[in-house]
Amino acid sequence: MRATVLVRPKPGILDPQGQAVEGSLRHLGFDVAETRVGRLVDVELATEDRAEALAELERMCEQLLTNPLIESYTIELGAA
Amino acid sequence: MSIAPAPVIPVVVFPGSNDDRDAQRALELLGAESPRVWHTDEQLPAATAAVVLPGGFSYGDYLRCGAIARFSPVMQAVSAFAADGGLVLGICNGFQILTEAGLLPGALRPNESLSFVCRDVALIVETSESAFTSRCGQGRELSIPVKHGDGCWFVDDALLEELDANGQIALRYADGANPNGAVGNVAGVLNGDGNVFGLMPHPEHAVDALLGSTDGALILGSLVDAARLSAAVLV
Repeated sequence: MRATVLVRPKPGILDPQGQAVEGSLRHLGFDVAETRVGRLVDVELATEDRAEALAELERMCEQLLTNPLIESYTIELGAA
Repeated sequence: MSIAPAPVIPVVVFPGSNDDRDAQRALELLGAESPRVWHTDEQLPAATAAVVLPGGFSYGDYLRCGAIARFSPVMQAVSAFAADGGLVLGICNGFQILTEAGLLPGALRPNESLSFVCRDVALIVETSESAFTSRCGQGRELSIPVKHGDGCWFVDDALLEELDANGQIALRYADGANPNGAVGNVAGVLNGDGNVFGLMPHPEHAVDALLGSTDGALILGSLVDAARLSAAVLV
């Protein structure tokens, strides 16, 4: 089963990369209020069981894919 | 009490470490015996009195700085050593690894400027009552170089206040000298027990007057003193 993990800097965490992108978008003439830059991790899991995949992905996020102090995550499971 | 002549202070080498030899040379200059330990080693040398995690770009800084290194076999030994009260110093990438491993509070984020900074910075010693700053003198200003892209240390306000009250903020950037946007101008932080210390500046690059400053020797010399004492206790 395929899954995508989206990792974001938590609200309130300084995100200079997001600010730089925001500045550039404004420079291009886009009316942008805020931009935050995170990270995307695609994972191909061996299991086809959605509950099992979700539990495993959450463990991955807690142990390695995110730093819970500064980042939040959302998991998108692919179609079974 | 017999004083051990040269405390053993290994420097850990990860793939991508690049300040290990500087750290080794500085420690030996200050009277330590400093073998380099490979990241796949499962044990620290028998007489280890303190451990140094050096600067560099371990595992290419992939994912987050220090995030991969913490899973290396040697880090299990370092964590166990620290849990037993062993002295552990993390410099720059070593500091990042220690925060990722949960041995030190906070996290290190990309510099506020998004630029890699490489220059001498002015630091204020907030406490000399630690194994890593005993030679420094409280309130003293030190000049030690930084060179990093991810040195913006972060904790929330409540934790910063708590760490400050506990005397864990051992080193701050002087007013106006914060090179990375770290909260509270924090340059170096101790764990609760005071046996683990991480800092972004590089004391190992400031031990020879030829290179501009010898203030780094005050920090590494403090560690050598403390390691000598703990080695004497072990004997």
